Amino acid sequence: MIAGSVTAWSLEGLSYRPSGAPRPTVSDVSLEIPHSRMTAVIGPNGAGKTTLLRLMLGTLVPDGGMISLQGRTLAQWTRRDFARAVAVVPQGETDSLFTVREMVAMGRYPHLGPWQRERLEDATAITLAMDRCDVAQFSDRWMATLSGGEQQRVRLARAIAQDAPVLVLDEPTTSLDIRHEMTTFELLRELRADGTTIVLATHNLNLAARYADNLVLLRDGAVVAHGAPADVLTASRVEATYEWPVDIAVHTDGSPQVVPQAGGRSW
Amino acid sequence: MTHARALLAWPLSLRLLVLALAASVVLIAAVRLGAVSLTFSSVLQAIAGRGDSTTITIVRELRVPRALQAALVGAALAVSGATFQALLRNPLAEPYTLGVSSGAAAGAVLTVVTGWATRYVWSLPLAAFAGGIASMLLVFRIAYSVGNKQTLDTRVLLLAGVVVSAFLVALIWLVLTFADTESVRAAIFWMMGSHAGASWRSVAILGVCLAPGLLVLFALARPLNLLAIGEPTAAYLGISVERTKILAFAMATLLTAASVAVSGTIGFVGLVIPHAIRLLWGSDNRGLLPCAALAGAAFLAAADTSARSIAGANELPIGIVTALIGVPCFVWLLRRPATR
Repeated sequence: MIAGSVTAWSLEGLSYRPSGAPRPTVSDVSLEIPHSRMTAVIGPNGAGKTTLLRLMLGTLVPDGGMISLQGRTLAQWTRRDFARAVAVVPQGETDSLFTVREMVAMGRYPHLGPWQRERLEDATAITLAMDRCDVAQFSDRWMATLSGGEQQRVRLARAIAQDAPVLVLDEPTTSLDIRHEMTTFELLRELRADGTTIVLATHNLNLAARYADNLVLLRDGAVVAHGAPADVLTASRVEATYEWPVDIAVHTDGSPQVVPQAGGRSW
Repeated sequence: MTHARALLAWPLSLRLLVLALAASVVLIAAVRLGAVSLTFSSVLQAIAGRGDSTTITIVRELRVPRALQAALVGAALAVSGATFQALLRNPLAEPYTLGVSSGAAAGAVLTVVTGWATRYVWSLPLAAFAGGIASMLLVFRIAYSVGNKQTLDTRVLLLAGVVVSAFLVALIWLVLTFADTESVRAAIFWMMGSHAGASWRSVAILGVCLAPGLLVLFALARPLNLLAIGEPTAAYLGISVERTKILAFAMATLLTAASVAVSGTIGFVGLVIPHAIRLLWGSDNRGLLPCAALAGAAFLAAADTSARSIAGANELPIGIVTALIGVPCFVWLLRRPATR
């Protein structure tokens, strides 16, 4: 059985095929995502990681199957209630002339009425989130003048300011340097220690193995393995899923580390 | 640079105050200037109903409603343009992108060539309004028939708008090819836009149409901010994306169709005023929409005053004036080194 007893998300027989696509990008996925734990969704390009997250978040509608969050099916949630329960760091947004502070302040929108001004608690949450993600020094800069990694940290700050008990991140550290990648994972660990449920999709298997409680390994839209990192990341399974020979080393902290072999078969 | 930074740091209340002052100055000038120039005091007297009857008629029945109509249309087009740019996530979007203007023009041309426009005064604005709304509905119908049919893909919407516009424009020219010279001239002048037909009645009807549209869009400022950066992001931050998009498109279309119905297709305002405000103070629609409304009102009232006073007895089409004044101003704003 996987770590964590209370279920946050429950997925049953989930399938999704984009209109016009020959094959489904998610097929017959059943999963229980535990509460107050960090779950990492891993898998090769095109495995369906982003699709699975978007189905869980209700921005894609499945062709079949059931999704429920905290015991309520997604249809029973309003977007506003959902935004108060789940904060998201998505991939890819359109450039706009917003300052960094305006962008982070958007995390407070689900807590405010249409004509309501920012309250003191909102301002505090915004400042705190900017500090935690190391973007406070950019406060008055336009988003477009920041680098890709800096923008990614602003989006993380926006999700932190949202102050939700669940945090979902789609490849949050893809364009970050080592320091900011590590500070992001450390921040996620802190949030998890405070009881936040975290779900992230990532290509960094080794950090996922060190920080996450559970891994979900996807291939071709189906779950290959699900469980504790040491159980999921075996050499034969990773080789078969990613189609590249690997060795599994053990880190000093005990977590499995994937070391791809040099001189493997090319395709 | 320091000057530019100081301008950028203006709080919203100061921006609104300055723009409202600018709009008031322009409105006063619009009532004073024209074929007969009036002093400020004679304008005030005429409004109060004193002085000679010609002046009272000029001020009360001609210039005041005309200035108000120009200001209302300017505000509506600027807010509608800002909304379309946010919803379509495209800087080239404007109130006419989705075919409202060509639909309205088709309706207007129909009444001109059939002669209804001269027989029934209200047939032209009515037909223009209906044509604008109808072409918008057609564009939405096409966009919804593509893809998964439950959600609206804004890229498809944009393409549908462009092709429907092209089709309607072709129809208009087909009809005009067989029309008499006088109808062609009337149709072309209508398409270039004018406030010459303004009356208290048109101002009142315009006001009734614009007020709900403007209020709803101002209340949607936060959702529009989110839709401008991405629809999934908007959903994750608590917006019912499809519902909000439809409401915002409907309100922006109402603003545009009502404006076009009373004054023809006046270009440029809806495209450039929102960008000008964005370049000054950023994309936050809570500030952008009201600022664009005031700036659009001031700009179009000024353009209309120029259109009817600079060329003596000949009134210039206002669309020509908006572009001739607006383009140099906008280029100056674009080149201004004021990035944060």
